[in-house]
Amino acid sequence: MVMAQNDRPQERLVMDAGDIARAVTRIAHEILERNKGVQGLALVGIRTGGVHLAHRLVKRIQEIEAASVPIGDLDITLYRDDLSLRKEQPILRKTSVPFDVSDKIIVLVDDVLFTGRTIRAAMDGLIDLGRPAEIQLAVLVDRGHRQLPIKATYIGKNIPTSREEKIQVLLEEEGEDDRVVIFKA
Amino acid sequence: MAIHIAGGHVIDPGRFNGVADVLIDEGRIVAVGPHLTAPAGATKIDATGRLVLPGFVDLHVHFREPGFEYKESIQSGAAAAVAGGFTSVCCMPNTNPVNDNQAITEFMLERARAAGLANVFPIGAITKGSEGKELAEIGDLRRAGCVAISDDGKPVMNSLVMRRAMEYALAFDVPVVDHCEDLHLAEGGCMNEGAISTELGLPGMPSAAEDVMVARNVALAELTGVRLHLAHISTEGAARMVREAKSRGLKVSAEACPHHFTITEETVRGYNTYAKMNPPLRTWKDVQAIKEGLRDGTIDVIATDHAPHATQEKQLGFAEAPFGIVGLETALPLTFALVEEGILSLEAAVDKLSTAPAKVFGLAKGTLAVGADADVTIVAQHEQWEVDPAKFFSKSRNTPFAGWKVKGRVRTTIVGGRVVFEASQAEG
Amino acid sequence: MSLKRKDLLSLAPLSVDEIRLILETADSFKEVTGREIKKVPALRGRTVVNLFFEPSTRTRTSFELAAKRLSADVINFSPSSSSVVKGETLLDTARNIEAMQADIIVLRHPSAGAAEALARGVKSSVINAGDGWHEHPTQGLLDLYTIRERGLSFEGLRVAIVGDVAHSRVARSNIHALVKLGTEVRVVGPPTMMPSGLDKLGVRVYYHLDEALRGVQVIMMLRLQLERQGIALFPTIREYARLYGLTAERVKLADPGAIVMHPGPINRGVEIAPEVADSLSSVILDQVANGVAVRMGILYLMSGAN
Repeated sequence: MVMAQNDRPQERLVMDAGDIARAVTRIAHEILERNKGVQGLALVGIRTGGVHLAHRLVKRIQEIEAASVPIGDLDITLYRDDLSLRKEQPILRKTSVPFDVSDKIIVLVDDVLFTGRTIRAAMDGLIDLGRPAEIQLAVLVDRGHRQLPIKATYIGKNIPTSREEKIQVLLEEEGEDDRVVIFKA
Repeated sequence: MAIHIAGGHVIDPGRFNGVADVLIDEGRIVAVGPHLTAPAGATKIDATGRLVLPGFVDLHVHFREPGFEYKESIQSGAAAAVAGGFTSVCCMPNTNPVNDNQAITEFMLERARAAGLANVFPIGAITKGSEGKELAEIGDLRRAGCVAISDDGKPVMNSLVMRRAMEYALAFDVPVVDHCEDLHLAEGGCMNEGAISTELGLPGMPSAAEDVMVARNVALAELTGVRLHLAHISTEGAARMVREAKSRGLKVSAEACPHHFTITEETVRGYNTYAKMNPPLRTWKDVQAIKEGLRDGTIDVIATDHAPHATQEKQLGFAEAPFGIVGLETALPLTFALVEEGILSLEAAVDKLSTAPAKVFGLAKGTLAVGADADVTIVAQHEQWEVDPAKFFSKSRNTPFAGWKVKGRVRTTIVGGRVVFEASQAEG
Repeated sequence: MSLKRKDLLSLAPLSVDEIRLILETADSFKEVTGREIKKVPALRGRTVVNLFFEPSTRTRTSFELAAKRLSADVINFSPSSSSVVKGETLLDTARNIEAMQADIIVLRHPSAGAAEALARGVKSSVINAGDGWHEHPTQGLLDLYTIRERGLSFEGLRVAIVGDVAHSRVARSNIHALVKLGTEVRVVGPPTMMPSGLDKLGVRVYYHLDEALRGVQVIMMLRLQLERQGIALFPTIREYARLYGLTAERVKLADPGAIVMHPGPINRGVEIAPEVADSLSSVILDQVANGVAVRMGILYLMSGAN
């Protein structure tokens, strides 16, 4: 959920549009390098932050390698570990993975890696859909403070933060100027 | 075949009342007016000094076929009808088997067609076997040709079943006719409950037994919005309640039988089984109330409740004899007696016998309008004659009016443009 | 926005937004039921109790499947065999169940208002699976879902509900929801099965099926409860089938492409001709499949911490 500008008092810019574009390009190259091309590769964006980034990565890969990669959107709400603690159930968004994940190299894509719980839920969700050969993780920002032993395969930028701070990735696809900001909650 | 009825006093209630000719061709009324020119070859009927009326419509007769043909068949009943000036009759379903399905309805219509006399419009049963428990296939009955539904002979005692029947009837736009009698209150009764029944030592049926059901039926008609028609009302209370229901705009109509506006329970004296019917002959006050009801329009229709029974059956003891008297062949003079008394105008009397009954059941009858079916009754209004059951066209003779000297005789009856009855020479 | 309700007892009080939320949530669960592994951990550790005072294999199985696919634990109580015979009241039975840490109780009961009475007396969430003639909200919702799945939008849609409306909780639930969503609802049946005051619910009453079907896009058939013949609601099955049975000819009177629905079980040859039930225009089996997805959605939305 994108908070409005006036809800982000004193936001500090940590990545601008150019930084984001370069990070996306670099991650696309790294994915191709590590996996030696697109064979058996698929990207799955985690709702909601990872979806647009996943689409951008697929486009970049198309430009670099002239090859297309299957893409899906994964809603992890049903796999959250805090459902029983919440007073109201969060709204579900649709999962749409229109290909078989079994035996593929799935690159999960998210915008910000924080405690790692979202990724844990995403892996559970992905495994319920089939048996991937390998799961890799691409994030635009790693802000530290892991609560589970989870590590990203590809990182756009490491941004150290304190627990009280919040990081937000704002994207053109959602009507904002491309940028990453940090602010006090 | 064309018929030219010339010079009679034509009364088509609400439309025409005066001396005129009536021209009939191809089974329909072609023209009504003074000095008409008939087509060549037309049969001429001289109606000078006679009344030329729309054929009478009886909403309530019992032709005992199938099952009790020894009392009356559809053929003999239709013959009695036209002899009495009735060109259309509605026959009740208490035959054997009961007319609660389309097969019986079609059978009755077939017998009527074969007789070729009066038009017969069957009334279907409300409940299966008229047992008062399960609805009859009213949709099917309607489709087969029934014009109303009734369990007559019996009331529908269970008010929930009657309510459901009324609601169900709404979908088929059929009127619901009830014989208003609370069987528990009337239990064992064979005549009106009062001083005379006490004197004769016979169990009586109180007026309340009829009034209770009239009240219930009016309340249910109000609840459901159905067209309710009350058969043969006979009490002051019933007349009062129908008047009140009409004043509130409810769709309630009522019929009265000639015996209920002519004779009283006095006629039962001597254990006269020819005066036994249901509802029974009541008191003078009731008779006055029925007459008043006819006069002020509360009672829409005169019907006969023609109920033939064999002589040997009526020769049983009073309590054992079946209820019912014939009526088709005596209705006209008894109705005209009301005209003589000043209770009804001549036109109103004709309306009660013809036009109003057709309206109540939505039948395209009871009128001499151009284009209407040529059902015509020609009457000698002042001709005197004596009621002689031996001369009845009905198979049965059960009437309390035997030997009565009456005025008003049917001379000719035409159904669908065919003469189906001609009276023999006038007697005196 | 979320479902801020402890219980789901009826559709009458739901807002349009709440109905839409439930239908959208069900979309996600429809997707889950299409997977190889039809299970998600969302209700892991929760207990759902099916308390059915009226026999019902279909609805109970549907709720059981929905709960299990959400990883909840399910217990089935059919009190004809248990304590209620000994005179224990509905509330006592339910409190015993609640003491076993039931999070959600799904209740089906022959008396109207039973679910509401239960909901007042227990802390668990109560879902009404049918209370007498009153409502069957989850059935109404899965019917709505099925219509929506076919690409039909509710505003201005014409729906005919055919049969014994007077005794039908499915009809009542559907009427409330459809009218709220802007649908034109026609109810059809013999007058004996049309209860008083229907026009106040915003529907139009018809006694003749052919007339009612013209221009309709959805035909919802109600089951004729044959045991009702005894109390003079209709004369014979034969006459009922002739006047109100949905035949292939009658389906042609409706809009081309009209869908035929039925909550089940079907009386073949009575309210619905066999060839119609089996035909492509029948979404009856879809309704059953959607029932699980919709019930998963409802269980999910009602399972917030209390």
